[in-house]
Amino acid sequence: MNAPSSHSITTRDLSLWYGTFQALKNVTLNIQHGLITSLIGPSGCGKTTLLRCFNRVNERYGYVTTKGEIRLLGKNIYDANVSLQALRRSVGMVFQRPNPLPISVYENVVFGLRIHSERRALPRRVLDDAVEKALTEVGLWHDLKDHLDRKATTLQLEQQQKLCIARLLPLKPRIILMDEPCSALDVEATRAIEELIFALKGHYTIVIVTHNMAQARRASDECIFMLLGEVMEHRRTEELFLTPANSRTSDYIEGRYG
Amino acid sequence: MNNLPPETPAPAGSAVRGVKRPAWARVGERILEGLIYVCGFSAIVFVLGIFAFVLKEALPIFARESFSLTQFLFSDQWYPTSELNKRYGVFAMIAGTGAVTLLAMAIAVPFGIGAAIFLSEFCGPKLREALKIIIELLAAIPSVVWGFIGLSVMSRLIMQYTGAPVGVNVLNGGIILALMSVPIIVSIGEDALKAVPDSYREAALALGVTKWQLIRRVLLPAAKNGLLAAVLLGVGRGVGETMAVLMATGHAVHIPHSVLDSVRTLTANIAAELGEAPAGSDHYRVLFLTGVLLFTLTFGVNLIADLVVRGIKKR
Repeated sequence: MNAPSSHSITTRDLSLWYGTFQALKNVTLNIQHGLITSLIGPSGCGKTTLLRCFNRVNERYGYVTTKGEIRLLGKNIYDANVSLQALRRSVGMVFQRPNPLPISVYENVVFGLRIHSERRALPRRVLDDAVEKALTEVGLWHDLKDHLDRKATTLQLEQQQKLCIARLLPLKPRIILMDEPCSALDVEATRAIEELIFALKGHYTIVIVTHNMAQARRASDECIFMLLGEVMEHRRTEELFLTPANSRTSDYIEGRYG
Repeated sequence: MNNLPPETPAPAGSAVRGVKRPAWARVGERILEGLIYVCGFSAIVFVLGIFAFVLKEALPIFARESFSLTQFLFSDQWYPTSELNKRYGVFAMIAGTGAVTLLAMAIAVPFGIGAAIFLSEFCGPKLREALKIIIELLAAIPSVVWGFIGLSVMSRLIMQYTGAPVGVNVLNGGIILALMSVPIIVSIGEDALKAVPDSYREAALALGVTKWQLIRRVLLPAAKNGLLAAVLLGVGRGVGETMAVLMATGHAVHIPHSVLDSVRTLTANIAAELGEAPAGSDHYRVLFLTGVLLFTLTFGVNLIADLVVRGIKKR
């Protein structure tokens, strides 16, 4: 509770090893509340690893060791009394490839509600409302309201990715993590998802990993440049791109390596 | 290649040698291709050949006035060697096969699917490899050895704990058969669970599911076709198994009323009686007809299993 209230995510000296390989080195960060923060850097720089620390989904592989501290909304997520289920409920994640579950559109949206509440607490009306609200928010309601029983894996990729965002919303997460959410999509779909991310800004703290520097530039408020597991630079996006402080940042954004 | 003089033959071993190969190599390749082709089709030929042979031995029975298919299928009177009134009803054996298979599946399916879930979702890679090897060893035990265990060990235990007068019965056969089917169910079930894309697991985990919710709400529904196929192949094994059930079920032609009754299965009946039936006799032909019946049953089960598995791939 002692973290400044304007920061949703803070890390202190965060280091992470996959077996003996150190993927993150003393990462210290303050991610602003309610903004879109992008993580950029060449492949293997640790940006996806860092993102996957914030909901501790990294830990499903047994060979990961973590040191340091991560505070989400003021709470240390490595505390012994933290429930992974509750943590992941308040931190949504969108993946590189759209991964709706092989069930209906409707069931995908209410999946989170179903796993986090008693069956009795979920009358049909509550579920229906949640589906309409979530799908409206991501702009799918108009297209899908008559196809709610369609299997989600048969939708177009863009719709699938929007659905993957929609299914987070009924759980009212504070933070949404996105791991290259547009890398499997074409130009039009990318634009649609970016617009959606903009629309969600403010309500949620959004952290987005991207390979695409142009995307980071146009779609984020703050930008973090990482290299070989270390944070090189973290500033307002336009400053980072116009006047990078670190020569390695400027070399990367000018395309000299990466 | 432009720098080579046009008439120069390519040196041996160079890449261009393939362009003009000696005749024997081309003929050899043709022959090999043909052989592989034949190998591929041989499976079909063998299956059809076996079916045709069994059918040929069985068919003449239909020409006999005294034989009726309804009686064969629905009567429990099996008196093939009676002097005055020979009767060929295999219904008791159908019931026997059904009872033993049903009990075996009731035991093997929860165990097999449970083990498959444990292997694919809970245990580490080292333990998984070790367990898989052991489970495969279980599948490698010859069925006569299983029968022997049923006859000597299991039957004594059953008599001791249930007070049944005879230890070789449906319960004994069912347990033995369950132990024999579990390896099939485990290995196919594990494959089915492994085939569930990891992205489904990540999606659900990131939404905050517990391990149990993950299994019940995501993995089982996603793998249900494969798991069903595993169960059906187990059933196929149960219907077709001969030696172990012959030794463990007591061999009494009798519709079972409890799991402690002795029964005879279709397979055991053929195995036990074919040697004594004079070739070409009605008895002999009816046993072959039982073979046709079994063939049809297992073919049906395997076909359904196959269609179900295909259902997975299409998705």
